[in-house]
Amino acid sequence: MHDLGGLPGSTIDRTEHQNDFWEQRVDALMRALGTLDPPLVRTDELRRAIEGIGAEAYDSMSYYERWISAITEVLLERGVISVNELSAKIAEIEEREAD
Amino acid sequence: MSDDHDHPHHPEHHLASTYHEKLTAAVIELLTEKQLLSPEKLTAAIDIMDTRGPNLGAKVVARAWTDPEFKKRLLADGSKACAELGIDVGSLKLVVVENTPQAHNVIVCTLCSCYPKMLLGIPPAWYKSKAYRARTAREPRKVLHEFGLDVDDKVAVRVHDSTADMRYLVLPMRPAGTEGWSEEKLADLVTRDSMIGVAQANEPMAV
Amino acid sequence: MNARFAAGDRVRVREWYPPGHVRTPYYVRGKRGQIERICGTFNNPEHLAYNRPDDPRVLYRVRFTQTEVWGRAEHPSDTIDIEIYEHWLEPET
Repeated sequence: MHDLGGLPGSTIDRTEHQNDFWEQRVDALMRALGTLDPPLVRTDELRRAIEGIGAEAYDSMSYYERWISAITEVLLERGVISVNELSAKIAEIEEREAD
Repeated sequence: MSDDHDHPHHPEHHLASTYHEKLTAAVIELLTEKQLLSPEKLTAAIDIMDTRGPNLGAKVVARAWTDPEFKKRLLADGSKACAELGIDVGSLKLVVVENTPQAHNVIVCTLCSCYPKMLLGIPPAWYKSKAYRARTAREPRKVLHEFGLDVDDKVAVRVHDSTADMRYLVLPMRPAGTEGWSEEKLADLVTRDSMIGVAQANEPMAV
Repeated sequence: MNARFAAGDRVRVREWYPPGHVRTPYYVRGKRGQIERICGTFNNPEHLAYNRPDDPRVLYRVRFTQTEVWGRAEHPSDTIDIEIYEHWLEPET
């Protein structure tokens, strides 16, 4: 469902907008991970993970939401981070924000 | 929020950040804690995009318009030619396609949204949209018309789908009435959209 | 580099539908085109997508007429160029 060439499409919305800061961080994160030797997440892994997201998620998530979901998935797959670490860290962040 | 720019390992101090914003912060913090990603490296990656933008592409185009030998080298090996102008595009493999009176080029990435970021900066949202990715492959003239560009019947439209390792830059045609112009003045006529192929370079009067 | 094809060769894209990550769009599978240039040798994205070891393959730009790809085109001279890996290509005839 990522393979869109030739499928029908609507009028193109040409509104320009700046990426939010968190989106810029995601973009930078991917570039930084890609330049490590060996890369921690390859462009091809990112693409493959985005493609595997599922049609509904693909359509409902924004561009960088898909990116960070895919980056997370690859890191989990590779065992770089664990699900427990991730949940704990998110909880920690939520606690900080609550202050 | 903006001062996180200097401290990427601290989360944004938003009220009610979204799940994906929290996820972003979490991943960055974990990788930093594991010493797999340094804050400096991340900051550098954020900052480098400030130095990339259509003005770089415009510089390349203006040089190609004024220097035929450079243009030949540019069409043969885009990345190498950019390096000649002091523009380091990193690992980007740039293919430059030339608009002529016989052919108009337009770039798309139907599978995702590949774009020569290290030259032109971040792509516009519409370039990444499903509508652009789907329609440009099949009905480029209709898409170009929507962008305000009507391609003559005598001109072929060449679509380039960035499916693998190459990235693309369109070399727009030099507008008439610019004889003797300096490279700087010429570069001002070159827009991002003309280097994607959804527009021509600006005419002198428009500036 | 041991390239099977040269610029100008007429080729056809294989009608494969393999699982996993591929970078050959559906719309060119089974279609005939012409090699526009050899891009060089790169690592097979189908492997890189799963972080598998290096698998270098020759990459080409192949030009198709829009008429060939879609059956009908906005204009008979219009074309679409795509980068395709060698293992996806066979000689036209």
